[in-house]
Amino acid sequence: MEKKNININVEYITRVEGHGNIVINMKDGSLDKCRLEIVEAPRFFEGMLRGRSVFEAQHITSRICGICACGHTLASIQAAEDALGITPTEQTTKLRKLLLHYEILDSHILHIYVLTAPDLLGVKSFVPLINSHNEVIRRALRMKKTCNDVCDILVGRHVHPISAIVGGFTKLPREKDIDKMLEMLKSMRPDMDATLELLQTLKFPEFERDTEYIGLVSDDNEYPLLTGDIGSTDGIRINKNEYLKMTNEFIVPYSTAKRSKLNRESYAVGALARFNLNFNKLHPKAKEAALSLQLKPKCINPYLNTVAQLVECIHCLEDAISILEDLKNNPLNYNEEIVVGLNEQKKIPLKSGNGVGAVEVPRGILFHNYQIDENGVIQNANCVIPTNQNTGNIEYDMMKLVPEILDKSEEEIRLAVEMLVRSYDPCISCSAHLLNITLLNK
Amino acid sequence: MKKPNVAFYDFACCEGCQLQVANMGESLLDLLGSINIVEWREVMSEKWDMKLDISIIEGSITDKHAISRLKRIRKRSKIVIAYGSCATIGGVNGMKNSFDIEEIRKYVYGDSYQFFPTEPTRAIHQIVKVDYFVNGCPVYIPEFVTVLKAAMLNIPYYVPDYAVCVECKMNENVCMYERGVTCLGPVTRAGCNSWCINNGNICYGCRGMVSNPNIKGSQEVIAKYGISIDMILKKMNMYNKCRELD
Ligand code: SF4
Ligand code: SF4
Ligand code: SF4
Repeated sequence: MEKKNININVEYITRVEGHGNIVINMKDGSLDKCRLEIVEAPRFFEGMLRGRSVFEAQHITSRICGICACGHTLASIQAAEDALGITPTEQTTKLRKLLLHYEILDSHILHIYVLTAPDLLGVKSFVPLINSHNEVIRRALRMKKTCNDVCDILVGRHVHPISAIVGGFTKLPREKDIDKMLEMLKSMRPDMDATLELLQTLKFPEFERDTEYIGLVSDDNEYPLLTGDIGSTDGIRINKNEYLKMTNEFIVPYSTAKRSKLNRESYAVGALARFNLNFNKLHPKAKEAALSLQLKPKCINPYLNTVAQLVECIHCLEDAISILEDLKNNPLNYNEEIVVGLNEQKKIPLKSGNGVGAVEVPRGILFHNYQIDENGVIQNANCVIPTNQNTGNIEYDMMKLVPEILDKSEEEIRLAVEMLVRSYDPCISCSAHLLNITLLNK
Repeated sequence: MKKPNVAFYDFACCEGCQLQVANMGESLLDLLGSINIVEWREVMSEKWDMKLDISIIEGSITDKHAISRLKRIRKRSKIVIAYGSCATIGGVNGMKNSFDIEEIRKYVYGDSYQFFPTEPTRAIHQIVKVDYFVNGCPVYIPEFVTVLKAAMLNIPYYVPDYAVCVECKMNENVCMYERGVTCLGPVTRAGCNSWCINNGNICYGCRGMVSNPNIKGSQEVIAKYGISIDMILKKMNMYNKCRELD
């Protein structure tokens, strides 16, 4: 094989959330450097939380990420409630699950249509698609808006939800709100069918690398998103409180995001990980869709994370509809509506403690961990973000991928690597912010 | 009228304000029909380094690299819009300024802290001239559309300089003080239609403070409900810490 040198330098990978670079340096056919640099300006959330009331935490930490603000809110609330020793009511849990479904739907749709589809259709962004595929773009925006609107009804807005707080909800949806949400979601079904048809026609790159997939697991029949233990496809299962054993964060100097590893050199979280771990628990319609897309567990092609996202969209849509139908038959108890949880009225008893929240957000398992004193003031905080857990795995993918596609042009290699990174739907502003690809070739 | 060349740029932030635009649904297409988006990293691969009619800037400024990037954008842009609390008032990123910079770097990054330089957080106008402000965390889309129209027509937009309480009263909410909790509505600029209070929460002050708060009234409220000044200040500093640098 020819001793190939590659030298490509792209600043900031686009169509991802946040800022990052990729550096690939190949000299005489051997890979010198191959890494994903997260170059987001660090934001120091964990440091800033110290001294804040644990009842404010969800308001602050949802600002880590605008795309999965609801997921951060839910992980944060779970950590706070765990630390305070309070258990949410069944009704609260049901509504939180609904909220999580809304957000996963919303985020996956954005990724499938706006971030990934342009690559598969050979354009640089959704903008040219407005002319060439007008109906597709309209459908995407319509679905996105529906997700956003149901979120508005449930929690006031999607970007930084308002009414979901420690202890429950400050405002509960009324009967007419439930009808409205139900009607909106049901009307989304034809668009979801059309999305499935679209994905059936798109060709994803072929590439495989076996890795360890991590996500929530549980013994009941529900596809676990909000509660459960931490499990891996290598058969490990531990309590969420032991998350540090698994996430085991370490820092590399070229990245503002921390790294993780467990049983192997890296692991992956996200839609594909959840699909691989919990395929059997998906809604029957979602399973059927997976089969029609030839997606089976254990799938080890990272590009197919986008396909797993669509399968989850169908699951979340159908399960959200079931929750809403259940709420129609079992009306909400409005006495559970609570006054905002700053606890100025000391309604929730305070005690010192350490609490962990582990929630499956669109991009994978998210951990929040707070240690509080007897006044409910945060002493220490830790947030382990899905993208941080994935960065190591993405690098190993790149290292395997690049040598396999050396016969392609530099332009094609760069695109393949960018697409690989994008398939993980990285959300870098969580960690800090920006993704930037550099292929160096000295 | 020639379509203006518009770009979105982001600094330290959660990108939630950009996302608010994507959440507009199909009416986004109408907006895109009247402007010419030339760069928007979050959703487009295209880049643009020429003159711009309008730059919409999200995020706060927290390091040297950001300062020079921001200055370059300002030079190339006829109009700069500071977009969202991070950009207009420093937002939640400003909380960092309550800590010693070395200390907080070490706390988050341990021994490797020297790889992560940072400076006290600043809002955009604390570095370059800003022509329009769109407040909020996240921004309130109806207001953004109004500001964008004003920018295209080159007419001023005045951010409301009265308290959120005014909108809250019009929305007929029960005042949070009556419900036993402290709300920053009395000192915060309106314009969000009292978004949080309508949903049963308090105002956290995300739109920045009114320029002439009713200090006497606030003192009375604070005395009447026995609220500690410390707690109020701490709440104000969740979004408004950077005002100390103005
Ligand atoms: S102002 Fe709030 S919503 Fe907007 S970018 Fe900043 S943190 Fe995100
Ligand atoms: S203090 Fe808050 S709740 Fe009371 S009127 Fe003002 S904005 Fe509304
Ligand atoms: S009510 Fe206050 S915190 Fe909420 S959006 Fe309006 S200004 Fe911001």
